[in-house]
Amino acid sequence: MAKTIEEINEKIQSGNVVVFTAEEVIDVVRKKGTKQASREIDVVTTGTFSPMCSSGVFINLKQDKQKMKLGGGWVTLNGVQAYAGLAAADIYLGATALPDGDPRNNNSRRGRFRYGGAHVIEDLVQGKQVLLKAEGYGTDCYPRKWREQMIGFDEMNEAVLFNPRNCYQNYNVAVNLSDKPIYTYMGKLNPRLGNASYCSAGQLSPLLNDPMYRTIGIGTRLFLSGTEGYVAWHGTQHNPNVPRLENMTPRAGSGTLALVGNLKEMDPKWLRAVSFTGYGVSLSVAVGLPIPILDEEMMRFVSVSDADLKAPVIDYSRFYPTGEGKPRLREVTYAELKSGAIQLDGKDVPTGCFSSYQKAREVAEHLKSLITDGRFFLSCPVSPLPGPTEEQGDLK
Amino acid sequence: MNTKKVVLSFPPSTVEDPIIYHLIMDYGLMVNILRASIDAGKQGRVVAELKGDDNQLKNGANFLESKGVEIEPLTEEIRHIEEKCTSCTSCVPLCPTGALNVDRETWVVSHDADKCVVCLSCVDVCPYRAVTAHFQ
Repeated sequence: MAKTIEEINEKIQSGNVVVFTAEEVIDVVRKKGTKQASREIDVVTTGTFSPMCSSGVFINLKQDKQKMKLGGGWVTLNGVQAYAGLAAADIYLGATALPDGDPRNNNSRRGRFRYGGAHVIEDLVQGKQVLLKAEGYGTDCYPRKWREQMIGFDEMNEAVLFNPRNCYQNYNVAVNLSDKPIYTYMGKLNPRLGNASYCSAGQLSPLLNDPMYRTIGIGTRLFLSGTEGYVAWHGTQHNPNVPRLENMTPRAGSGTLALVGNLKEMDPKWLRAVSFTGYGVSLSVAVGLPIPILDEEMMRFVSVSDADLKAPVIDYSRFYPTGEGKPRLREVTYAELKSGAIQLDGKDVPTGCFSSYQKAREVAEHLKSLITDGRFFLSCPVSPLPGPTEEQGDLK
Repeated sequence: MNTKKVVLSFPPSTVEDPIIYHLIMDYGLMVNILRASIDAGKQGRVVAELKGDDNQLKNGANFLESKGVEIEPLTEEIRHIEEKCTSCTSCVPLCPTGALNVDRETWVVSHDADKCVVCLSCVDVCPYRAVTAHFQ
C-alpha cells in the first residue's frame, strides 16, 4: 500500500519510523523483495561529499553607524574579491574566486591555488575572522566610502550558502589518452591511460536513488554540511533527457540540484575548501537527501547497487576540451570503478575518486540517526524538478 | 643484510665530492638513489636506499656525518595528515608503490611509510592538501 510523506512524518514523530541507508537497503531488498521491503521501510537516506565549484555564499553585512553602499563598489575578503553588484550591504562570494596576486597558471607554472573563495568560506565556518576591505562611491544616504575591518559571522546579518548546481546525477570518468600529464578539475591525469578519475558516491548518491525525480523536488529538506538545507530549484545544467538504463538511471551526467542553507549553522567537519593543482579552488559540501519509500517503485529505485549504475569514460586530453575524437571510450559500472581498476584498451587502469565514499556513508548514517531520533522531518516538494520531456538523445 | 631508506642533506661544501662513490667503493654499501636534487644555494638532497650489514651501515653513516651530511630516516618525509584527509581516494592511483592505499571495506585511506619512496606524486594531487612533504 502506498504511503504519504505525512504518514512517514507521523511515524518519525512517534519514534516508529524505519530507516536504512541506500547502501544497507540493497541487501534488505535482495532478501525480502521490493514488495515486502516497501511495506516495512519508510525512508532511505543517501549521502555525498564531493567538490563542486558551483558554490558560494550570499552575505549581508551589518552596517556601522555611518552607513556605506557596497553595491557598485569593490569588496575583498582576505584579499579575495566578492561580487558587489547587489544592494547596499549584500555581496556574493564565489568558491572559485582568487586573490588578485595569485599567479594562477601563469609564468609557465601550474598554479597551486592555495587560497580562494572556498577557503574564506571555510575560515568563516571554522569561526575565524577575515579581513574585509570595501570601497564605495558614497551617496547622500550612504556617505561612507571606505571600510576595513576584521569580520566574522557576528558582523553579518545573514550568510547563506547557495550552490547553483550540486548533486550531479552521475558523472564522467576522466582519462588521458595523450602523451603528457594533464591537470583538470578531475585531478591529475597521467598520460596514456595512467589513471582514471571518477566523482560520484554511486549507490549512495542522492539523484541516482530517485532517478526520475519522483520525491526530490523544489522545497525538499536535506542535510547540508551540518544543518538543514533545501532544494531551491533544479540545478544549472539540469538535463533529464539523457539516455537511461532499464532501471531508469542516466548513463551520463544529467539531473542537478540548486541547494540553499544557513552557512552560520554549518559544521567545519562537513564543509572543506579544496585546491586542484593547475585548475583552481573549489568547495566540498556534505549533502544527505532522505528518500521517502512511497511505494514499491521507489523501493526498487533505491535498491540499485554499484553494479547497476554506469558512467561514461571520457578522454580529457582531447574530446572533453575540444569536442574532437572519440566521444566515449567505454561505459563502466561503479562496481568496476570501486574495484580499483578498469579495463581500457586491454590495460588495467587504476581508479581514484574525488567524492569520498567514506564521508558519503557517514552523511547517510548521520541523516538516518537524525530521522530515527525524531530530529529531522521530511518535506513535501512544492513543485517537481523537470523530468524527461523528449526522446532520449544520443550518447555523446 | 639490512636496508635503510634515508634522506641525505648535503652542505654546499660537499657538492664537488663524489660522496656516493665513496659509500659504495670504500664502505661496500649498495646505494639505490630514489630521488636527488640540488638547489641554487648548492644544498643537495638525496633520497636513497642503503643496503649492507650492520657494520657497513654504521661505518657509512659515520663517514657521511664526518663530511657534514645530515642523515634522516625517510619515513619522516611524507606526512599524511589524517584529520585533513577525507579519504576521497584521488591520490591512490597516482601512488606508484601502493603506499597510499584504501581499505575497500571501510573506504578509509591510509599511508604506509614503509612502502613510500617519496616520489612526491601525491603532494600536489591531494585537493585537501592532506599529504605534505617534509625535508627539514
